[in-house]
Amino acid sequence: MNWITNYVRPRINSIFSRRETPENLWQKCDECGTMLFHRELSENLNVCTSCGHHMVIAPRARFAALFDGGVFAEIAVPEPIADPLLFRDQKKYPDRLKAAQKATGEKEAMLVATGEIGRTPIVAVAQDFSFMGGSMGMYVGNAIVAAAEEAVKLKRPLILFSAAGGARMQEGILSLMQMPRSTVAVQMLKEAGLPYIVVLTHPTTGGVTASYAMLGDIQIAEPNALICFAGPRVIEQTLGERLPDGFQRAEYLLDHGMLDRVTPRTALRDELISITRMLLGLPPAVRGDLPPPAPDPVTETPAPAPEAPATPDAKAPPATGKADAKP
Amino acid sequence: MTQYLDFEKPLAEIEGKAEELRALARTNTEMDVADEAAALDAKAAKLLDDLYKDLTPWRKCQIARHPERPHCKDYIAELFTEFTPLAGDRNFADDLAVIGGLARFQDRPVMVIGHEKGHDTKSRIERNFGMARPEGYRKAVRLMKTADRFGLPVVTLVDTAGAYPGKGAEERGQSEAIARSTEVCLQVGVPLVSVIIGEGGSGGAVAFATANRVAMLEHSIYSVISPEGCASILWKNAEKMREAAEALRLTAQDLKKLGVIDRIITEPKGGAHRARTETMETVGTAIAQMLKDLDGKDRAALIADRRRKFLDMGSKGLAA
Repeated sequence: MNWITNYVRPRINSIFSRRETPENLWQKCDECGTMLFHRELSENLNVCTSCGHHMVIAPRARFAALFDGGVFAEIAVPEPIADPLLFRDQKKYPDRLKAAQKATGEKEAMLVATGEIGRTPIVAVAQDFSFMGGSMGMYVGNAIVAAAEEAVKLKRPLILFSAAGGARMQEGILSLMQMPRSTVAVQMLKEAGLPYIVVLTHPTTGGVTASYAMLGDIQIAEPNALICFAGPRVIEQTLGERLPDGFQRAEYLLDHGMLDRVTPRTALRDELISITRMLLGLPPAVRGDLPPPAPDPVTETPAPAPEAPATPDAKAPPATGKADAKP
Repeated sequence: MTQYLDFEKPLAEIEGKAEELRALARTNTEMDVADEAAALDAKAAKLLDDLYKDLTPWRKCQIARHPERPHCKDYIAELFTEFTPLAGDRNFADDLAVIGGLARFQDRPVMVIGHEKGHDTKSRIERNFGMARPEGYRKAVRLMKTADRFGLPVVTLVDTAGAYPGKGAEERGQSEAIARSTEVCLQVGVPLVSVIIGEGGSGGAVAFATANRVAMLEHSIYSVISPEGCASILWKNAEKMREAAEALRLTAQDLKKLGVIDRIITEPKGGAHRARTETMETVGTAIAQMLKDLDGKDRAALIADRRRKFLDMGSKGLAA
């Protein structure tokens, strides 16, 4: 037995089995075993309140917590050709897709949105590991291209949350071609002088790591996220030896110079606001829970009003460093 | 002499018999075996025709991996002059799985880069069977940038099972190295042409094949994952590689239909390994034509051409 069977597999299993019991009010932390009340867990962004273990979070929930007041506008992603290779393994690809859609309630493995974080307009993309392992097919490629085009059009930075087992085998070579394709999207951002920030979440592997997920101006990872090109199982099979503890985990990559930062999910929002605003040359953000943005497009002048008066608005408590933006 | 693939067994028998007859005749001059040997030759030729007429994707994988198939080094020796290998990534090591350097192609100075698998046990180990580590991709990045600075076209020869899945490779940023190489392929303002001469294995291939023009030898393969790998994941059984090879659409013929490659280079009957020089010459002609296609395009046009090409990937499916 090794840590893959003891540790990774139970966690992957738990990710997949969790959706089958949404009625369950209590959830067991798959790291420390503590029973966590669902509301408390979701308020803590699916980070175990006992041991700090980061569990999977759906893109929609992540965006609700990321954007000011939980408000964001979804960007439509062009529909790719369905089942371009007429792929059959033991199941037909369209059947696998339908099953994933039913299980997640999402159309595909990536969500694109615009909104504001700390009053800073951004475009955000999040990959959904629950949807066929977040795998990168043509839809994911389309989503990244659409996000980059939108960011360039609106002159906004792009923040991308990656989570994927790699390329989508059922789209064969066309999924592989999303590697150069998404790289073109990254180049559009760089040419427009717009920040591209990547947050690598558990797990980010294969062709995804070897393309857009490693090309950020800033590379941040969530704690203990598995980040690699070849998975640990493949390497152990190739080498026939055990890998060191923590191999290919976020902290290990940080030690080896492959990341800028490892940041807990609960501190990510503040950090992203701070980094984005510095890269854009904007003044420091107003901290704390912010109401949804005004209906009018926000001009980039800071709004000192809420902070300046000695009697802060009840809706905007002073900053605590906690990135909890539930309205 | 020739190494036969499993599906070529019957062919091996006939060709073996013909060879035996001729050997016998050499030691025994009174024997006249010419007619009989010729008949066997004809039979073998017919069988070879039949075998190669309608190859399954899995058989193509086997041919693409044939140990006697011409490799990168062979092409460089045959098609280029003044080859001057340039080594190292200026950071950690020189990765021998990737060969690169200055050379002349039909007198024109170019930068040639490719994966080299090696041809015997010693060279295969030395070259890590053509599976590059981050240093290989970083060397390629360095060479592409040099080519870009001096306006030299880049020719890449792709032949790898994939990037090396090793501990050190991961620690030194295999994925970042591949991503960066792909990025630089898209950035260079010089013509970049690529030929998949054997195996185009996943990200390790994309890192060199993100080119203005991509050609594939008739029996080479290009895939997101090896058929064995795909079979073990989707069929939970690596023995189902035939089915996986079928499903993945990894042949030059399918990839042309999907718009992933621009041209197919015909191989001699019985595959590249049966007529190595002839194959290499045909590849040379294809490289010359691809470079000619790009003549007269300036930096911006070359970059825009590559971008358009890869942004359009996925606009064609196989469905009727």
